[in-house]
Amino acid sequence: MSLLALQRDMRDWLTQEDMAAAARIGVTAEPGLAVYQNNYRTQLVACLESSFQRTRDWIGEDMFLHAAVNHIDSVPPSSWTLDAYGRDFPATLARLHPADLEIAEIAAIELALEDLFVAADCVAVGVEDLADVDWDRAIVTFAPSIDLLHLETNGFAIWQALVDQKEPPEPRYLDKPEVALLWREGEQCRIRIVGDAELKALLNLRRGMTFGELCGDSALSLGDQAGAAVVGQWLGAWLSDQMIAAIN
Amino acid sequence: MIPSFPGFGLGLRKQHYADFLDDRIDVDFLEVISENFMIDGGRPRRILRDIRARYPVALHGVSMSIGSADGLDGTYLARLRALVDDIEPLFVSDHLSWSRIEGFSSHDLLPLPYTQEALDIVSANIDRAQNALGRAMLIENPSTYIDFAPADMTEWQFLDALCARTGCGLLLDVNNVFVSASNHGFDPIAYLDAVPHDRVRQIHLAGHSQGERLLIDTHDQPVPLSVWHLYAHVLPKLGPVATMIERDDAIPPLADLMAELAIARGIAAGGMEKAA
Repeated sequence: MSLLALQRDMRDWLTQEDMAAAARIGVTAEPGLAVYQNNYRTQLVACLESSFQRTRDWIGEDMFLHAAVNHIDSVPPSSWTLDAYGRDFPATLARLHPADLEIAEIAAIELALEDLFVAADCVAVGVEDLADVDWDRAIVTFAPSIDLLHLETNGFAIWQALVDQKEPPEPRYLDKPEVALLWREGEQCRIRIVGDAELKALLNLRRGMTFGELCGDSALSLGDQAGAAVVGQWLGAWLSDQMIAAIN
Repeated sequence: MIPSFPGFGLGLRKQHYADFLDDRIDVDFLEVISENFMIDGGRPRRILRDIRARYPVALHGVSMSIGSADGLDGTYLARLRALVDDIEPLFVSDHLSWSRIEGFSSHDLLPLPYTQEALDIVSANIDRAQNALGRAMLIENPSTYIDFAPADMTEWQFLDALCARTGCGLLLDVNNVFVSASNHGFDPIAYLDAVPHDRVRQIHLAGHSQGERLLIDTHDQPVPLSVWHLYAHVLPKLGPVATMIERDDAIPPLADLMAELAIARGIAAGGMEKAA
């Protein structure tokens, strides 16, 4: 048997318990194959448990284990890093629990925070860096860690209560979908719900709108004075939260 | 040839970050799992830089998959190279095993048959890795639970041939020799006498557990007496080496690991009886 054929057989044994593949590997190999299969599955379950602790708290150990086993059976790991294995777990949870969307959304929050934790570093722009900025033409570049998460349920409130070890609220669909903004302030992961106007401003700036155009846009909606005030508030918050990597 | 580094170290684990950063701990080097730090940024990478400023660091990988019949993952190699350039490690090591095939990653160290074909494939993969990393690697003998006999050669003959072909060195895991010898019925002393001694640059010492039918390389126990005896047997045959205690689960207080490291130092200084 070629090495490639042997490795395909071992993969098939691990992922599908293919007994024919096991037999081709060797009649005396069964105890060893059982060890490798146990290692494979145990490690993947442990990876999901570690990445989705609040999700596990929310649905309970038995339901979480059922979801993990389902995920392992349907989504074989493909990345060199085990950290990537949970990437599709929220989708598995959404498929298994279509009427309880908050479960997948809590998992999506945990996944986004895990990615945020190891996102690329950047030196944040501070107030002291603003002296020579041409604000009309300025392009704002946000930190690479910034992420947005669309939420249709109160999964964020449930997740927050679980983190704070408080009684979580009853799950429910939101009257209007929300967006959570995630970023890293130094080494600390941050998350907050962002309002419609600020979200629109963030998206426009990320698409390349100049700061002057943003101010003009805001003035059209709110008037000159109120528009400038609200953009100033956002800028102040983004600066103090270390969300901005450059203003050029 | 890879330069030698005589000394005694530990595997760095999260539970002991503060110990190593707050105080000067009496170790000559620390070993980290490469994949835990092959990330874009954030706290783990900053901690590794802080550790590196205080101690020499060895990078030990678990996911290169040098035994893959369909070759290595270029993305993996690029990330590891970036980490190597950043950390300037003592050694870069991985295992004589495979974990990835055709886009599937088992995240386990799966065994290889010791055939001529496997030797050709693993040699080509090590050549590619060493070229990508710009340096020679150490290859670690694995614990295995399947014996693919009849093979073309023994594990130590396979390792000897790999070293000769690729210029790689060896990370000799004494516990893995004991576990595989027990599982497959060969003599661990014969293995340790035959392995190419001049290629060994690092030694792992660890513990194991008894499974239903096989010994399992769990790394969740203190180094047992059987492994200390093998270490005492092989050490005088080797040149200067870096010895470390490898603990991956049921991590004890640092003092317990330092006590085990003191045993290793004792064996190196005066033999098994004096250490005991």
